[in-house]
Amino acid sequence: MHSPTFSMSSTPLEPEVLKKELLDSHAGALATFEGWVRNHNEGQPVDQLEYSSYPQLAEKEGQRIVAEALERFEIDAAIAQHRVGLLPIGGIAVWVGVSAAHRGAAFDACRYIIEEIKSRVPIWKKEYYSTGVTDWVNCHQET
Amino acid sequence: MQLTITYFALLRDQRGLDTETIDSPAATPAELYTQLAEQHSFTLPSSALKVAVNDDFAHWTTPLKDGDTIVFIPPVAGG
Repeated sequence: MHSPTFSMSSTPLEPEVLKKELLDSHAGALATFEGWVRNHNEGQPVDQLEYSSYPQLAEKEGQRIVAEALERFEIDAAIAQHRVGLLPIGGIAVWVGVSAAHRGAAFDACRYIIEEIKSRVPIWKKEYYSTGVTDWVNCHQET
Repeated sequence: MQLTITYFALLRDQRGLDTETIDSPAATPAELYTQLAEQHSFTLPSSALKVAVNDDFAHWTTPLKDGDTIVFIPPVAGG
């Protein structure tokens, strides 16, 4: 029995290290997802990103998501980690890994975890545009 | 009633501080947000936010108690 693991990191994520934690002789499949910082959003050039979180609730909600994935899918283990702080273009913002006996469940659970993280975990993204302007993504001011 | 409010993201920018403890007659998070939004000209409507009380998600109508910590959660954007 593996314990659910979701954590926030203020240092660069290390996929090779995370992957080793999922090694299991019962597993025949490993599905991983990496979210990268891209250099554009909605037509604007982006120089860098800053992620911040509500740490207490982010870890709690992230761990609930991983626990849900372990219940819903036939998987052996799952780990997810999300960055906070300033990230350059190409930096890894989030990493999800799922090991399972078979690939179907591994893909499904990996997809489930990243989609739920994006919609539920209190993490915010500030974009720094090449124009010098910054903006909180999804917080466009209503008139 | 003494309430502590912690701000994140856009709300932190608009309030200009991370956390504050205030004396408020607000009985629910909904009443508290209405009061704060008016005082500090917050632009996000409460319909765009979620709320947490004492570090877990709560309802807008949850009765507040003296000493509670409240966080209004702007639209998230992880991943």
